[in-house]
Amino acid sequence: MTATTAPPSSRTASFDPRRALLYAISIIVLLVIVVPLTFSLFGGFRSNAQLASDPVGLPDPWIWANYQSALTDANFYRQVGNSLVIALVTTLLVLPAASLAAFVLARYRFRGREAIYILFTLGLLFPVAVAILPLFITLRQTGLLNSPLGVAMPQAAFGLPLSIVILRPFFRSIPKDLEDAAVIDGCGAFRFYWSVMLPLSRPVLSTIAVLTVVGSWNAFLLPLLVLGQADQWTLPLGINNISTTYVTDTAAILAYTTLAMIPALVFYFIAQRQIVSGLTAGGVKG
Amino acid sequence: MTTTTAPTHETAVPRGSPPRRSGTAPWPVVLVFLLPALLLYALFVIYPIAQSIRFSAYDWNGLTPLTDWVGLQNFRDAFADPIFVQAISHNFIIIALSLLLQIPFAVALAVLLTRNLKGRGVFRTMYFAPFILSEVVTGVVWRQILRPNGLLDVMFGSVGADGLTREWLADPQIALYSLFFVLSWKYFGFHMVLILAGLQLIPTELEEAASIDGASWWQGFRYVTLPLLGPTIRVSVFLSIIGALQQFDLVWVTTEGGPVNSTATMATYLVDSAFRKSQFGYASAVSVIVFLMSLLVALFYQRFVLRRDLEGALTG
Repeated sequence: MTATTAPPSSRTASFDPRRALLYAISIIVLLVIVVPLTFSLFGGFRSNAQLASDPVGLPDPWIWANYQSALTDANFYRQVGNSLVIALVTTLLVLPAASLAAFVLARYRFRGREAIYILFTLGLLFPVAVAILPLFITLRQTGLLNSPLGVAMPQAAFGLPLSIVILRPFFRSIPKDLEDAAVIDGCGAFRFYWSVMLPLSRPVLSTIAVLTVVGSWNAFLLPLLVLGQADQWTLPLGINNISTTYVTDTAAILAYTTLAMIPALVFYFIAQRQIVSGLTAGGVKG
Repeated sequence: MTTTTAPTHETAVPRGSPPRRSGTAPWPVVLVFLLPALLLYALFVIYPIAQSIRFSAYDWNGLTPLTDWVGLQNFRDAFADPIFVQAISHNFIIIALSLLLQIPFAVALAVLLTRNLKGRGVFRTMYFAPFILSEVVTGVVWRQILRPNGLLDVMFGSVGADGLTREWLADPQIALYSLFFVLSWKYFGFHMVLILAGLQLIPTELEEAASIDGASWWQGFRYVTLPLLGPTIRVSVFLSIIGALQQFDLVWVTTEGGPVNSTATMATYLVDSAFRKSQFGYASAVSVIVFLMSLLVALFYQRFVLRRDLEGALTG
């Protein structure tokens, strides 16, 4: 008789309208997120006529030309390459600069320490947009316009506050005994930083690296103003350019945009944990 | 800050002599460690911000020598320009809508995701996904969805709701609200994840105790969970305000501040003045205004709202 309480019947027996409502809400929100993304994905497989007459549902017929022309466009790969280089350089600047600074700010007492820390935290308030004008002029004066470094260095500078705010409490939480032992072993400050602190903080450092890469990969305003020549453009500049140059060729725009969002989404699914923990670390503190 | 001994004396202390204050380091060592960060920060953050204060007092096109000192005239001009005043009001409308709609929505979804639903990991992952997409991708895709006869209108049409179709981004009356929807689409997941992290800090025993005492779910939420979630929500609100004050990328890509400036924000106004109209001095004044507003909000918030929450978090 126990066999009669098969899962389906037991499920209907415990049907809970409130639970159903919760599922309904979750799924509606999910659709609001997913529909624009799939619209873009499938839109790339339509012709512009299809997009105008029937943008809902599956493409009929499937048109490969849009993705094909994006994937054979040398500009696309150049932009991916440029975006990658700038993201890497930014990360390679942020990691050492932020970890060295956070290390002394966390482990040593010196006059002005809190003032310096507050100076860095204030930077959390000011993304690039506020300082973009004089920054542009500074870059022009230093000859960094039209150079990937002209994007990477300011990005790294604006990335310091969040990185230091994440790193300092972590460095602080490492027990003092470890440091004492290192000092007895004749470890100087740098050796201690390099051979003890850094290996211990690999998870936090990778979180910062991931956040920096994502921020750089998505950046728009700074590259827009700094990188004047089309062969230096990053992916967001490329998308923006296509979408404003070929305004009527919606299918081509969507194909290009979809291809550009794939690396970001793949990266997100791989590094989700780091991204979420890093972003919440600054905000939620007990 | 607590140490009063001059750092230089520290080197005179023989090594290993107890009790050694191993937490103090001589200035040169500290300086070497701080140097890369301070250099980057000074050159690309502090110096430009200081420069914009200087430029703001000149009538300047960005190229010629700085000679045309105008004092505070740029600031007066800015506040006398109805377009700029409108742009400020747009920033504040976005802030108000975010606080009234976006954050409560994020709280509701975060609470919903703490319920024992199947597939909640998938929901969480997907809700956060738009935050990872660039503003450019988001803006370009939504522009295609919201254009006349775009996906949204066709979807309305296919369920017989033709009457609901609008010029979502082209009608100055509603473009700002369409834009707010797109902003929420992109950013609510961030606030949701923040609040989820805050919810995890709340021991479940408390809600269980409330429910044993006969509290309804709503009472438990309202009188137990919500107050304990206060600190996280306040941080979320703060980040939302600061983000809205400086909103640029998504607006620029989606509407460029148009039609007829109906979606212009302070930041798009700033970039427009500087790089399209070559009014660098004037635009610098605008950036100083944005800067000061952010600073004021931050100080005010730090002083009156966050103080007890962030004690030790931001400053120690």
